[in-house]
Amino acid sequence: MEIERRLLKKEALAGLVEKINAAGRKVHAPVCEGARVEFAPIDSIAEADLGYVQTTQSAKNLLFPRVERILSFKRRGGAMETADPDLSALPETVVLGMHPCDAAAIGSLGAIFTWDTQDAFFKARLEKLTVVGLSCAAGDEYCFCASVGLGPGSTEGSDILLTRLASGDFLAEIVTAKGKALVELAPELFLPAPAGADKDSALARIEKSFTREEAGERAKARFDDDALWDGQALRCLGCGACAYVCPTCACFDIQDEGTTSRGVRLRCWDSCGFPAFTIHTSGHNPREEQGARWRQRLMHKFSYMPERQDVFGCVGCGRCSRACPVDMNIKEHLIDLLEAKS
Amino acid sequence: MDELRKKARALLEAGEVRVVIGYGGGTGDRARAIFVREPERADELIFDGRCRQNLAIYLTRREVKELGKPAIVATLPALKTVLQLAGEFQIAEGGLVVLAPGADGSLIEFKTFADIEKYLAGAASPIDPAEQAEMDRVRAMSPDERWKYWLGQISRCIKCYACRQACPMCYCPRCTVECNQPQWIPVPSHELGNLEWNVMRAMHLAGRCVDCGDCSRACPVGIPLYLLNRVLIGDIESNFHQRAGMKAEVDYALSTFHPDDRENFIR
Ligand code: SF4
Ligand code: SF4
Ligand code: SF4
Ligand code: SF4
Repeated sequence: MEIERRLLKKEALAGLVEKINAAGRKVHAPVCEGARVEFAPIDSIAEADLGYVQTTQSAKNLLFPRVERILSFKRRGGAMETADPDLSALPETVVLGMHPCDAAAIGSLGAIFTWDTQDAFFKARLEKLTVVGLSCAAGDEYCFCASVGLGPGSTEGSDILLTRLASGDFLAEIVTAKGKALVELAPELFLPAPAGADKDSALARIEKSFTREEAGERAKARFDDDALWDGQALRCLGCGACAYVCPTCACFDIQDEGTTSRGVRLRCWDSCGFPAFTIHTSGHNPREEQGARWRQRLMHKFSYMPERQDVFGCVGCGRCSRACPVDMNIKEHLIDLLEAKS
Repeated sequence: MDELRKKARALLEAGEVRVVIGYGGGTGDRARAIFVREPERADELIFDGRCRQNLAIYLTRREVKELGKPAIVATLPALKTVLQLAGEFQIAEGGLVVLAPGADGSLIEFKTFADIEKYLAGAASPIDPAEQAEMDRVRAMSPDERWKYWLGQISRCIKCYACRQACPMCYCPRCTVECNQPQWIPVPSHELGNLEWNVMRAMHLAGRCVDCGDCSRACPVGIPLYLLNRVLIGDIESNFHQRAGMKAEVDYALSTFHPDDRENFIR
């Protein structure tokens, strides 16, 4: 579908949220929580903070919750009965004000969850999610969307992309049929866009330091360079902060809880940074050192995912670097990788 | 800083240590841990108010241990950690060089753990006023309010274990949360899993926590873990007259049995 351009007056955003709520959909938006901004449900636009640079956590919880029940089981007589969760009960949700990196990340997550097995849970959530993106007027030293094929105004992954123009009003680019359906909830708010609406000058300037293809090739070429990976990862603590705040990290762990007569099966986030991530029952761990785990993180995003799923696993949001307790800066490490002599 | 760099360079040149674990510049105005292995890189070392990470975390990390004998640039909490780790038999005298730079550019090299003990006995450990204010606020709550406060805080935990991984006293290669036969602590980050995890983390550090604050600083969602730690530090102090990190020999309150221990609490 061809992108349609409309104008959404700054005052109209409040009305849009009301209309969405009135239609029985939940709205999630960036909300200021003390020193952090996080995605949270809102009832009115006044609760949202649309001037944020980046939330601490991504919104992936909406599609891939950190704990999700995927099965219940109960013993009845001699047999075990299982029941699937009722996915039709999931609410229609709109996420409003998500930056372009996060919107694009939905495609990367989706590529994993629909690679071979079609993940019913992810797909059901995705079907009910509409993304109203918000272009970035400002970035910080951690952002590198421009180096991974995106940019502060990219429409990829958004159903509607809003860009705040110099006037304070929003240019609304309606990208998908879902976006169109959302407009239908309040068509009177979406005015014709002025011909000269200048999107580009409203966008942050994010420098392009490399291309993701180069980064992937380089990582692959240096796979055996233990000194490089070990050196980069020496200060890494092996926690899950980077993976858990990342909008594209999809690793999970399955846990059964309950007794032998009744219980639930839960899907929980996991992280390749953890020392026990790939440990075998024999005790052998193919990624014994943090350097090998760090390499896995970069390789998965820049080499394995492009090879297998034809998408990249990093959208340059910079969250992992901001959240890392020891300042492991992924952008800097990727640049090092490109510059390192072979 | 000059003193520190000079010392680091000399130690590396003389082969007295193989690595200097110190601070260097990081992203923006952050400082980060650096591992200086070549004498000519000693000038990358910095020391100022941004240098807060407790570098003693790296003394027990296998990847760092493999580099050989270290010198460590130690802040006050790191000095305490060195003693506590020694008391728990994780490091030995002579196995490392401890360098404590002062804010005025001076440098103390500690030759023995006893010297660190002496130094710490006379050093004040100021508490951040904002943290103290939060402590007072939470203490003033009714038990019911406080329970709600903690449920609210803990429900935000995403179980990334950054608090554990950042903690120099959490050096167990296999944490209780990773023991699954039986499963002591639920793995999922749901209400019970989060609660049990956070209570367990705090309890396993009771009497051992040196109050460096790294767990709180590491927590990506900003849960004030220091509150739990400090209450336990206070309880251990008033009940057992012990404070972690003050001595290189540990008579650990919660795991040492004395024949004359009072048992009147067992009913
Ligand atoms: S790897 Fe880091 S920068 Fe890339 S998408 Fe994940 S959190 Fe963002
Ligand atoms: S890179 Fe940082 S956030 Fe990621 S595992 Fe290492 S210490 Fe944790
Ligand atoms: S529990 Fe926290 S404050 Fe205490 S030693 Fe560990 S990291 Fe430091
Ligand atoms: S660092 Fe914070 S979010 Fe992560 S496990 Fe610890 S308390 Fe939970």
